[in-house]
Amino acid sequence: MLLRHTPKEITERSALMINPAKTCQPIGAMYAALGIHGCLPHSHGSQGCCAYHRSTLTRHYKEPVSAATSSFTEGSSVFGGQANMLQAIENIFAVYNPVIIAAHTTCLSETIGDDLKQIRKKAITEGKIPEGKYMISASTPSYVGSHVTGFSTMVKSMAGLAETTGKKNGKVNIIPGWVEPSDMEEIKRLTNMIGVKTIMFPDTSGVLNGPLSGEYKMFPDGGTTVAELISAGDSIGTLALGEWCSAAAAHELDTKNKVPCQVLDMPFGLKATDRFIDALRIIAGVTVPDEISLERGQLVDMISDMHQYLYHKKVALVGDPDQLIAMTEFLVSIDMCPIHIVTGTPGKEFERRILEITKDMPFTVNVRAKGDMFLLHQWIKNEPVDLIIGNTYCKYIARDEDIPLVRWGFPILDRQGHQYFPTVGYKGALRLLEKILGVIQDRKDRDDPESKFELVL
Amino acid sequence: MATTTKKKIVQWDPAHVKAELLAKYPSKVARKRSKQIMINEAQGNETPEITANVRTTPGIITMRGCTYAGCKGVIMGPTRDIVNLVHGPIGCSFYAWLTRRNQTDAGLDGENYMNYCFSTDMQDSDIIFGGEKKLAAAIQEAYDLFHPRSIAVFATCPVGLIGDDIHTVTKRMKEKFGDCNVYAFSCEGYKGVSQSAGHHIANNQVFKHIVGENDAEKPGKYKINLLGEYNIGGDGFEIDRIFKKCGITNIATFSGNSTYDQFASAHKADLNAVMCHRSINYVADMLETKFGIPWIKVNFIGADATAKSLRKIAQYFGDQEFIDRVEEVIAEEMPKVLAARTDVRTRTEGKTAMMFVGGSRAHHYKELFNEMGMRVISAGYEFGHRDDYEGRQVIPDLKVDADSRNIEELEVEADANRFNPRKSAEEIKALEDAGYKFKHYDGLAPDMENGTLIIDDLNQYEAEKLVELMKPDIFCAGIKEKYSIQKLGVPMKQLHSYDSGGPYAGFEGAINFYQEIDRLVNSKVWSYMKAPWQDNPQLSATYGWE
Repeated sequence: MLLRHTPKEITERSALMINPAKTCQPIGAMYAALGIHGCLPHSHGSQGCCAYHRSTLTRHYKEPVSAATSSFTEGSSVFGGQANMLQAIENIFAVYNPVIIAAHTTCLSETIGDDLKQIRKKAITEGKIPEGKYMISASTPSYVGSHVTGFSTMVKSMAGLAETTGKKNGKVNIIPGWVEPSDMEEIKRLTNMIGVKTIMFPDTSGVLNGPLSGEYKMFPDGGTTVAELISAGDSIGTLALGEWCSAAAAHELDTKNKVPCQVLDMPFGLKATDRFIDALRIIAGVTVPDEISLERGQLVDMISDMHQYLYHKKVALVGDPDQLIAMTEFLVSIDMCPIHIVTGTPGKEFERRILEITKDMPFTVNVRAKGDMFLLHQWIKNEPVDLIIGNTYCKYIARDEDIPLVRWGFPILDRQGHQYFPTVGYKGALRLLEKILGVIQDRKDRDDPESKFELVL
Repeated sequence: MATTTKKKIVQWDPAHVKAELLAKYPSKVARKRSKQIMINEAQGNETPEITANVRTTPGIITMRGCTYAGCKGVIMGPTRDIVNLVHGPIGCSFYAWLTRRNQTDAGLDGENYMNYCFSTDMQDSDIIFGGEKKLAAAIQEAYDLFHPRSIAVFATCPVGLIGDDIHTVTKRMKEKFGDCNVYAFSCEGYKGVSQSAGHHIANNQVFKHIVGENDAEKPGKYKINLLGEYNIGGDGFEIDRIFKKCGITNIATFSGNSTYDQFASAHKADLNAVMCHRSINYVADMLETKFGIPWIKVNFIGADATAKSLRKIAQYFGDQEFIDRVEEVIAEEMPKVLAARTDVRTRTEGKTAMMFVGGSRAHHYKELFNEMGMRVISAGYEFGHRDDYEGRQVIPDLKVDADSRNIEELEVEADANRFNPRKSAEEIKALEDAGYKFKHYDGLAPDMENGTLIIDDLNQYEAEKLVELMKPDIFCAGIKEKYSIQKLGVPMKQLHSYDSGGPYAGFEGAINFYQEIDRLVNSKVWSYMKAPWQDNPQLSATYGWE
C-alpha cells in the first residue's frame, strides 16, 4: 500500500496538515502573470520559491515557464529586499526585455515587510523602468489563503492597470479564473460565436500550450496585452467566473473604473454553462446561435444515453473552490452523488455552497474547506466511493483503494490533454462525461464476471 | 526575444562564444559572470581558477533552488521511515512532495512515509505570535498517528525570521516521547547561495543527531557506506544489486531508500564510498574524524567507472578472494554492456552534449557520454564549489564569504570509545604508495577537453545562447530548462530526475542510458519542426482539376 499509514479512524488534527489540498499563494500569482502577453513573472523571495513554482507549472504544462527571482540571501532577509528588487528590475529589462514585470511577494519578503508598491515607485523615480514598459505587483503571503488567493490577487493587480477614458469600448471583460489554456480558448470561442467583443484576462492560451517549431519564444504570442488591460476600464461590463478566483478583480474594476460586474460560477457542466451563455446573450442583446444550442443538446443527449452508468454513483472530489462548486453542481445534475468534497483553500462559504447544491441528495455529504487529502482518504475508507475526481496526487488513494480516477484540477503531472482539450462549456462537459464514463466502464469491463461480460455498453 | 537554431556550424571559438554570452549584460553583471565562465585549459591539477558558490544576481533567471530544497528535498527527502515535517506555510512541503523521483522499497509492511507530505501549514497568526506551539502540537499529532521512530523538522524562510526556536521544541518533544528521535534543521531558504548550503546543514544534523545512535554489530565482511546516492530512478537499487553480487555489505546509503537505522549504524562500516562529492563530503570527513573510517571518491555512473570503483573498494580491503570476486562480477556484467555500447555507438559516435546539472552529476555523466563516443563541449554545475571544478587541493585556499560563514561547521573530535582507525598509518601509506588515493577528488575541469567551456550557475539566457551558438546534439539540465531547449529542436535530458527513466547507475544503468540517449538524439520528431508548406512556401504548381 502506498499510503499504508493512513488509519480508517478519524482523529481531529489542529496543527498537522497531511497531504495538502492546496499550495501557496505565489504559484497562483505566477500562473496568472503568464497570461499577460510579454510578461515576465518575478518572485520576490528566495530562489527556491521561484524554482519550485516554475518546476510545478512546467511539469503540469510540459512547456517552458520563465520567471525571475530576487535571489534573497541572509543579508537581504535582514536588511530588506529593496536593493535586490531594484537590481532585478534593471537586469530583467536589460537582458530579457519584457513588456511588463508582474512581481509577487513570498512569505519571506512579506514577513520582513517589503512593500513592492513602494519599490516600484522608487524604480520609476530612478528611471529603472524604461519608457513604455510596465511593472505590476501583488502581495501574496504564503501563510494566508492558498494558491487560489495568489491567483486572485495578481488578477486584481492586472485590473489595476485599467484606465477610464470616458469613452466606452463596447467590450465585455471576461475574467476566466484559474482554468487551463484550453478552457480560455474555449471561452473565447463561445463569446465569438455569440458575437460578444471581449477583453479576457488573464489568458494563458497560446502561452502554455505552444507548438514545437524549432523556435523558442521566451514571450510567446498569446496572452492579454497591456493595451487590452488598460482598455478594460472602458468596457461596458465584467463577467467574473468564479467567486474565489475572479471576483476581487471584477470588484476592483467596478469601484475604480465604474465598470459594472456580474460574478458567475465557472462554466463547468450543464447548468453553469447555461448561466454563462445566458449572461452573454443578455449583455450582447442577441439570440444565442443555433450552433451553441446544438452543442448543449448533444451534451443532454449523452447524459440521457448513459444515465444508467451515472445514477447514484458516489464520487469523492478534491480541488479548488470555484472548480469544485461547478463540478459538484454538474455531478448532481446528472444524478451522480458527490459525497466527500475537500478543498485546502479556506472559506466557510465554500462549505455552505456545496451543502446547498447537494441538499436533495440521498446521502450524507462530507465537505471541508481548509481540509487535506489525508482526511479525504479517511472519509473514503469509512464510506467508499465509485469515482475520485482530482489532481494527480489522488492516484495514491485511487490505487490503494482500487477506485477509478478522473484527473482534473491542478496539478496534473502524469497525464496529458488538459493543455489542449477544454472542460468548460458544453463541449468541455461532454469531454468530462466521456472521461467519467470511460473510467467507470473500464472498471465494469475489468470486474464483470465472464458470464456477465458485455459487448455493448 | 526569439531564438532559432539555424544551420549547424562545426567550428566555434570558445573566446567568441564567451564574449557572446556576456555581450548583453549590464557591465556589472558581465564582470561577475565572466569569472564564472571558464575556457578550459586544464592540465592535470593546473586548472585555471573559476568563481563558484557565489550569489546569483537578482533578476537573472537561474537554475538554482534554495537551502531548504538542498536539505529537505535532496538529502532527507529519500529517507523512508522518518516523518519529515516541514514547519512553514504550505508551499515548501507541497513542492517537495514526491517530485524528485526517489524510489523506495519498504517491503509489504515496512514503514514508508515517502508518499506523505507533512506540514504545519503556518498561518498569519503563527507568523505574528510565533509558531512554536503549533509545531509542538504538529509533532505530537504525527507521533500519536504514526508512532514513527523519528521525526525531522525543517525550517522554511519565515521560521528563522520570526525566531521560532525549533531546536528547543524538538529536543523537548524527544525527551517527552522517549522512543522517538526528534530533531530539527535550520535550513531556511535564504541561507547560502544555493541548495548546497542545505546539503551541509543536513549533513551536520544527521551526523549530530542520528549517526552512531545504534551500536549493534552489523554482519558482513566488506562493510561500506555509500554516500551521496539518492536512488533517483532506482540508481541505488542497481548499485545495491551489484554490491550484493560482489559480497559488499552496504550499511547505509546517504540517502536513497534509506532508513533511520542505516544512518544510526553508519559508524559500523569500514569504508565510506562517496558518490556525490558536493552534497555529502562533510559527513565523510566527520565519519573519518570521529570514528576512523577512511573515505574514497567513487562513481557508479558509467560502466567503466563502475568497474573502476568496485576495484577501488576491493583494493582497499585487499583480500584476494574479494578482489577475484569483483573481477568475476565485472567479467559477467560487461559483455552485455559492451554489446549495447557497440550497437548505439554506430548512431551516437561524434555527437556532442552539454551538461549543466548538480554538483557532481555534470562530471559523472561525462563517463557515459565518453562510452558512447560523444563529446561534452560545455559543462558546469548548478551549485558546485571550486573544489568540484578544480579538485580538492584548492580547499585550503577557498575564500569563506558572508554566505558560507553562516553555515555551521561542526567541531568533530575522535570518539573516546568508538574511534577505531580501520587502517593503520602503515597500511594507508602502503596503499598510497601503490597509487591509491584517499579523500581525493580531481574535479570536473581536468576531465574536460581543452577549449571547452566550463560555466558555473548557467542561466536561462546563457543556455539559450549556448545552444544557438554551439548547437549540441543533446543538452542536459533540469525540468525548468527542459522545454525552452526542446523548443529549439534540441533534445533535452533531465539529469536531476531523469525525466521518466532510470536507473542509469551501474551496469544495467549504463545500458539504459545508452538507449535513452540514442532514442533522444535520433528521434524522428526533431525532423518535423517545419510543415511541407513552410519548407517550400512558394507555390510552384497546382492540381489540374479544372
